[in-house]
Amino acid sequence: MSLAYYELKASYAFVERNINLVKRYWGWELVWMLYTIANSLAVVLIARGANDAAGVSQGGGFNDVQIDKLVLFLAIGALVWHYLAVVFQTVSEMISWERWEGTIEYTFMAPVRRGTHMVGTAVFSLVYGLLHTAVVLVIVVLVFHLDMGNANYVSATAILMAGSLSLVGIGIMGAVLPLLYPERGVEMTHVIQAALVLISGVYITASKMPEPLATISIFSPATYVIGGIRSALIDGEGFSQLWPTMLGLIASGLVMIPLGVMVFSAGERYAKRTGKLKRSG
Amino acid sequence: MTAAAIEPAHFQGVTVAVDRTARALVVDDVTKVFRQGPGLIGRLRGKTQERKRTVAVDHVSFVVDRGEIFGVLGPNGTGKSTLIRLMSTLLMPDTGHVTIFGLDVEKDEFRVKRLINRVSVEASFFKKLSPMENLMYGARLYSVNPDYARRRATEILGRLGVEKESIHSPMEDMSRGMQQKVAIARAFLTAPVLLLLDEPTTGLDPHSKREVQAAVLEIRDTHDATVVLTTHDMQEADELCDRIAIVDKGRIVALGTPVALKEMVRTPAEPLPSLEDVFLRLTGKKLEDADKEAETK
Repeated sequence: MSLAYYELKASYAFVERNINLVKRYWGWELVWMLYTIANSLAVVLIARGANDAAGVSQGGGFNDVQIDKLVLFLAIGALVWHYLAVVFQTVSEMISWERWEGTIEYTFMAPVRRGTHMVGTAVFSLVYGLLHTAVVLVIVVLVFHLDMGNANYVSATAILMAGSLSLVGIGIMGAVLPLLYPERGVEMTHVIQAALVLISGVYITASKMPEPLATISIFSPATYVIGGIRSALIDGEGFSQLWPTMLGLIASGLVMIPLGVMVFSAGERYAKRTGKLKRSG
Repeated sequence: MTAAAIEPAHFQGVTVAVDRTARALVVDDVTKVFRQGPGLIGRLRGKTQERKRTVAVDHVSFVVDRGEIFGVLGPNGTGKSTLIRLMSTLLMPDTGHVTIFGLDVEKDEFRVKRLINRVSVEASFFKKLSPMENLMYGARLYSVNPDYARRRATEILGRLGVEKESIHSPMEDMSRGMQQKVAIARAFLTAPVLLLLDEPTTGLDPHSKREVQAAVLEIRDTHDATVVLTTHDMQEADELCDRIAIVDKGRIVALGTPVALKEMVRTPAEPLPSLEDVFLRLTGKKLEDADKEAETK
């Protein structure tokens, strides 16, 4: 059997461990799910109340079709962002979680390559993110009676998967922060996440943002994920229209993941030189 | 030179060939200093001086032979845990080298990791997970066959006195003594050829302490393992260790068998002194006082 096969098997350690943790912390998972649903519904409700909030009387503002389109626009932003945030958080918090439990030294002295460690964590994050988002999606669709008749789910899923690669890469880079800054590293990863929300056109078309945000948004992979999924689910675009976006996202992922592992490995070497692995924040 | 594979049949993946004729552990002139810089604000103000500098390990050298139980005895804060971390690939030495069965812990890090395991003073686990879930996580990381690992984990936990009903309950419900036994089981499960024990019995009740000590002797005898044990328990060091290094302020002040160390400080008129007396005469202080001194720093 090849080394890659055994490394892949070893990466299942992280998948199985995280599944067990989700099962044991099921109460918190429920709370987290309710929090996410409430957040998503609150964002989508903005569309429903847009005319009232703007002080526009009946007949003068958005019509019902436009409101429905705005609901769908915001719902997709909220859901896709939720998915990307789960992927980013699961990967970037793999270190802070282990610091909190006190197991970090045992994981780091195990004969597992850091790439394997991260592949296992990333695989779990993708599956977990998809399941979590699917539940929220069902509830949002039921509550707002969203019209998904025009949606192209296949191309939307393909964009989501391709875009996840870059987010995993950014998450791995973010994971170096709790490694090097045990006290405040987690908060720093939240700053990255907030910055990504700001520049990626989650609730507004990226190109319509004020400068310099519109220009900066060009460099965020999440901009293309959210834009691509909107095109697939609202306008029904398929592979023939979306392949340049998909290729771009895959290429970005192929750069971001190795870059993330390189940054993390450099951080790990620094932590081993300075004794930062041992400290618990 | 002969090289023999130590990989047990139940391990999967890469076999690590070990030179059985090499010394189990060589620590050669190792130094580790922890520094605290001036911080970002300090640097911006032009400060370059270190705020704090702690010499944790100071030019330490010793050799451990295969099958030995080697004790590192000293008060808290004297560099014992740092030494164990240097052997565990968790820290890089500033100077010197650590080799395990001829493999350098920095250059051959991945292969070294397959040969070692560690039990530390804190039984570090995912506390919501059960002993079995924690052990399976460890087993998968070390590429132990999962079916074998499940059977073996039950067997080892049973022998260490962990009750069957506790095996599938969260670790947070267990006493510290029981958690420490699970930590020992986690290390045993991967069949390390070098077992690093960092104060494994500190804080345990006398009964649990004896069970853990018996388990240490068992792994040495039945698994052909070499053991490095750090402790500040004089009696434990005396009873378990073939040789002991007494450390103070990061340096080795004496090294030998328990009897040789006692003979070293014994005056002709007196009976063989205790290790406590040895420590007092070599460092000028009682171990307890040295511990208190370290705590107030």
